[in-house]
Amino acid sequence: MSRFIFSFGIFFLIWLGFTSSFHYQEVIVGAFLSLILAFLSYKSFTERGLFYLNPKRLFYIIKYLAVFTIALVKANFDVARRVINPKLPINPGIVTYHTSLKSDTAKMFLANSITLTPGTLTVDVIDDKLYIHWIDVISEDPETIYNEIGKDFEEILKEIFR
Amino acid sequence: MILNILGNVLITIGVIFLFLGALGIFRMPDVYSRMQAGTKATTLGALSTVIGVGILQPEWFWKTLLIAIFIAISNPISSHALARGSHKIGIKPFMKKEGLDSYENVSIEEEK
Repeated sequence: MSRFIFSFGIFFLIWLGFTSSFHYQEVIVGAFLSLILAFLSYKSFTERGLFYLNPKRLFYIIKYLAVFTIALVKANFDVARRVINPKLPINPGIVTYHTSLKSDTAKMFLANSITLTPGTLTVDVIDDKLYIHWIDVISEDPETIYNEIGKDFEEILKEIFR
Repeated sequence: MILNILGNVLITIGVIFLFLGALGIFRMPDVYSRMQAGTKATTLGALSTVIGVGILQPEWFWKTLLIAIFIAISNPISSHALARGSHKIGIKPFMKKEGLDSYENVSIEEEK
């Protein structure tokens, strides 16, 4: 039931965003369509439903978004720096990253965040290993890899998905 | 007036990053490094341009925000799929030092 309400809420918010109108006809049609969609897809849409709407988790989600935005901007300046420099300062390679996250959704968010942070691109995720293309391999030591690539995200995601 | 300036600044930043992304695709040595430049620069470039348009046209703001969220989720997934596919068909990553490809043996084991 909580999964159903969660899916309905998300679909209804998307409908409101795209129509950008609170006229009662729009809202009724939107609610009706969201009900049908949520009924058809709630099983595959979310695993844990309203689980995320707890104040502590919401706080960590906002923190995550802030950290993510800063990392994204940094990543772009990093790319710009490497591209503009005539010497092209890169030393690429693929490294293994060990994660302690269990849930699939958490791993997906971690992989996506790593792709958008400075100098890294997730090539594959197999069980608890992430294979990451790193444009400037500083070291192959697992501890350094963990600290350099995903420590910030992993700590926040652990709190969100606990 | 302030919103107007903010929107135009965001669009300009977006266009600059999109240009840098294109330059990166041109300059990088192999498919994975190109994808790095492509993914990051196009994500921020597209996000910033789209939200800039939303700020210039306030009645579109919520639509552009939803489009931005969709881009932020789908862009890294598509780049991951492209990188994985390139590795599976045997494109070797460019390396200055040999033996940095820890994904190589995994791909072979999985095929067996």
